[in-house]
Amino acid sequence: MFKVLFDLLRYNREFLLGTLLILIILALIACSFFAPYGENDIYVVIPDMPPSAEHWLGTNSRGQEIFWQLSISMRNTLMFGVVVAAISRVIAIVVGLVSGYIGGRTDQIIMAVNDTLGALPNIPILLLLVFVLRDQMTWPVLALTAALLGWTHDSRLIRSVALSLRTREFTRHAAFSGMRTGQILFREHLPYVMPIVFFTTMNNLIWAIGLEVTLSILGFSDINRPTIGGMIYWANAHSAMVAGIWWWIAVPMIFVVILFLGLFLLAMSVNEYIDPRSRLARMGA
Amino acid sequence: MSQNLLELDHVTKRYGVGGLFSHQSITAVNDVSFSLASDTPEIFAIVGESGSGKSTMAKMILGNEVPDGGRLVFDGTDIGTIRTRAQREAFMTRVQPVFQNPFEAFNPLTHVDTYLYATARRFTGADTRIQQEAKADEALQRVGLSLAELKGRFSHELSGGQLQRVAVARALIPSPKLIVADEPVSMVDASLRMSIVNLFRSLRDELKVSIIYITHDLATAYYISDRVIIMQKGVVIESGGARAVLDNPTHPYSIALKNAVLPPDPKAAAAAIRQRRALVEGA
Amino acid sequence: MMNATLAPERPATTAPVDVLTIKDLKAYYINEHFGVRREVRAVDGIDLTVRRNEVYGIAGESSSGKTSLIKTLAGAIRPPMRVVEGSVKFDFGGKHIDVYGEPAKMQAARWQHLSYIMQGSMSVLNPVRRIKHAFNNFAYRHMGLDATAFRRRVESHLDRLGLDASVLEAFPHQLSGGMRQRVTIALATVCEPEFIIADEPTTALDVLVQQDVLGLIKEVQGRLGSSVVFVTHDMSVHAAITDRLAIMYAGRLAEEGPTQALFDRPQHPYTAHLIASLPRIGDVSTRKSLAGKPPSLANPPSGCRFHPRCPIAIERCSKEVPQMLPSATGGRVACFRAGEVSMQ
Repeated sequence: MFKVLFDLLRYNREFLLGTLLILIILALIACSFFAPYGENDIYVVIPDMPPSAEHWLGTNSRGQEIFWQLSISMRNTLMFGVVVAAISRVIAIVVGLVSGYIGGRTDQIIMAVNDTLGALPNIPILLLLVFVLRDQMTWPVLALTAALLGWTHDSRLIRSVALSLRTREFTRHAAFSGMRTGQILFREHLPYVMPIVFFTTMNNLIWAIGLEVTLSILGFSDINRPTIGGMIYWANAHSAMVAGIWWWIAVPMIFVVILFLGLFLLAMSVNEYIDPRSRLARMGA
Repeated sequence: MSQNLLELDHVTKRYGVGGLFSHQSITAVNDVSFSLASDTPEIFAIVGESGSGKSTMAKMILGNEVPDGGRLVFDGTDIGTIRTRAQREAFMTRVQPVFQNPFEAFNPLTHVDTYLYATARRFTGADTRIQQEAKADEALQRVGLSLAELKGRFSHELSGGQLQRVAVARALIPSPKLIVADEPVSMVDASLRMSIVNLFRSLRDELKVSIIYITHDLATAYYISDRVIIMQKGVVIESGGARAVLDNPTHPYSIALKNAVLPPDPKAAAAAIRQRRALVEGA
Repeated sequence: MMNATLAPERPATTAPVDVLTIKDLKAYYINEHFGVRREVRAVDGIDLTVRRNEVYGIAGESSSGKTSLIKTLAGAIRPPMRVVEGSVKFDFGGKHIDVYGEPAKMQAARWQHLSYIMQGSMSVLNPVRRIKHAFNNFAYRHMGLDATAFRRRVESHLDRLGLDASVLEAFPHQLSGGMRQRVTIALATVCEPEFIIADEPTTALDVLVQQDVLGLIKEVQGRLGSSVVFVTHDMSVHAAITDRLAIMYAGRLAEEGPTQALFDRPQHPYTAHLIASLPRIGDVSTRKSLAGKPPSLANPPSGCRFHPRCPIAIERCSKEVPQMLPSATGGRVACFRAGEVSMQ
């Protein structure tokens, strides 16, 4: 495992850059555990101070230090994204592999359900849910809802690979070796869909974070839980752009871009590494 | 009652082709009957070119395709009635396949010995890895290999001939009564091919396993099989003892097929080509 | 049952001239994946010549390097494969081309002087376009004819090969596999090239069709007086069509010689085994198989690459590399114990 990481760092420039960017984000998140102020404390520092040696990223109109706000917000936002991506990956893999492997009528039915879910518009449904649930709409509920909406496209991609794997001779061979369906799916077929899984995980993470930011900016999430979107929401509420407090908006945006870029580079390079073709080439096939 | 090991009774298989509106069907296998006796193991060759229906036959015998007409009875059980997993697994302990392309039959990302352990576990009840390894090694010794040289290997590290031996060894683990080998040597290099063919012979003679050998190659069919059927477009056009049929074929298609086999001798082969050319030109 | 009507000998052309000369050719695949450098020596020191008006066979098993060799001689290699050493030179009736000296000249010679017949006919025939487009694409600009004259020429060429002109209007899927392979032969020979590379052209075909295709290739070759390099793993096919035959093993030549002599008196133990192991109808005597497996080209054995599997290997075989030297039967062989192996 360490050798793999070492190889990637040494020979793959994208991986190196991606790792650096993500390390910046992770370091930032780590800082949140050492914050000198509570995450919802206000007027603990002088408001509206531009970035300086004393306040690295400046302070906002609510008297909070942007650095500490950013660090806790990044933690919450990334957590949300990871939970959504993890849940939706599990669903996408199971549905995609099972549907592709069984095929026939079952496949048709599963895919009909899949496509119907995929056709539902995400944001209106989430907004509707927010209105209905109001105060019960905590972030785990929101994450679960987003996860349930975010797997359909990827399960179709996985199914298309699974369909071709089903007709490969090694699948029949495995069946005659007495391997049960679960074993065939997760031992024999899963490695072939891993590149798709990794790449869609990245897309899904970015989609989920974007969704969270959108809902927060609109004020539809729990505004007392600091997130990247929440930061921008508060900045807007205090007319930060008009007041010239640009760093209040610029900082969360820059760091979201760093996060996205880092994830993208990592996914791309890891993808190349776990691709069965490149794996086989390294093994000497 | 003398029971047959395998009995095909007027078996027919059709495939639908075309779209929603122009539905047609192709008869891949048309009214085929034959049987294999359970007391005398034999190598039974099904010979045909592409499109003859020989691979469809293999799939039906293995229970992967269900016939549209007729019955396939194995050891008293109608293969078409196998539904539950328990029935299917009981069937698989007695009938095992060997596939055409060994590089396709082994997942390139899975260690080849995995297949042996899985088979041992499911069909012989070997629960511990030690028991499974013992079973695997025993089967590998039969085909001239050993577990020591295969443990933890991937398919690309072995030659086609070695892989095909492993495939045969795996098929032997449940001590099957019948092995269905669909073109087992067509993807194996010439210098290794005969080792696989000879292996089938020794399985019949020493382990008393019957083998259905499906091939397009008349020369190897002649070399190892006891009985042969020749198929053309789903129909059996000639059948009988392998030597009798292939030495003196009577059906025009079998004769043409036999004449098309190039003799491994430059003078005779060049002459065969010229003759065929003259025939085509004249036609 | 030898046939009475022996086909006429090929037209007596000029004295044997070498169309293709390969000198000490080495072409390796050089791969770097995450710091793991692998060098696969697919073609490792090959010398050979192909004469005018002959069918030159190249036989070998998988990973013998035969496919790499013909890619190299056609100048059709791409990274990660590289020619490390040696030269490939063509002589098309006085027009000399050094493939790795002047790649541009080689490019211009394609199809007009050098063409291919490949295994899958579908790789040259576009499945969604009529056959005539393939002729226009491949041959039109090399012929220097106007459209009607070109069409007439193509039709008469098809006619000579026993194909009806109506195939030009057909789509590839409307033709049978054998018919398609005949079309690709017509396509490869319409410019009357001096040199044709046939890469396993009969491998995927049914036996009946295989004979037709072999007959056709032989006939066209004889009529045009061109040279054909015919690559297949199938020794029976080589017996049927080639005049001279080279046996490749692990990136090198093991033996080369007139096909008949090679089959009658193989000098190299590997050749002897390949021929002896062929099953024949009417003969059920036990065929032996070689021990071991074909060596990896990334890590070939020392000395003679065949020695670990050779039934008559001596100590010297593992230490020294045998050179290709003239053999007793008019060919060349790379073996310290050439001619010492018996057929069975």
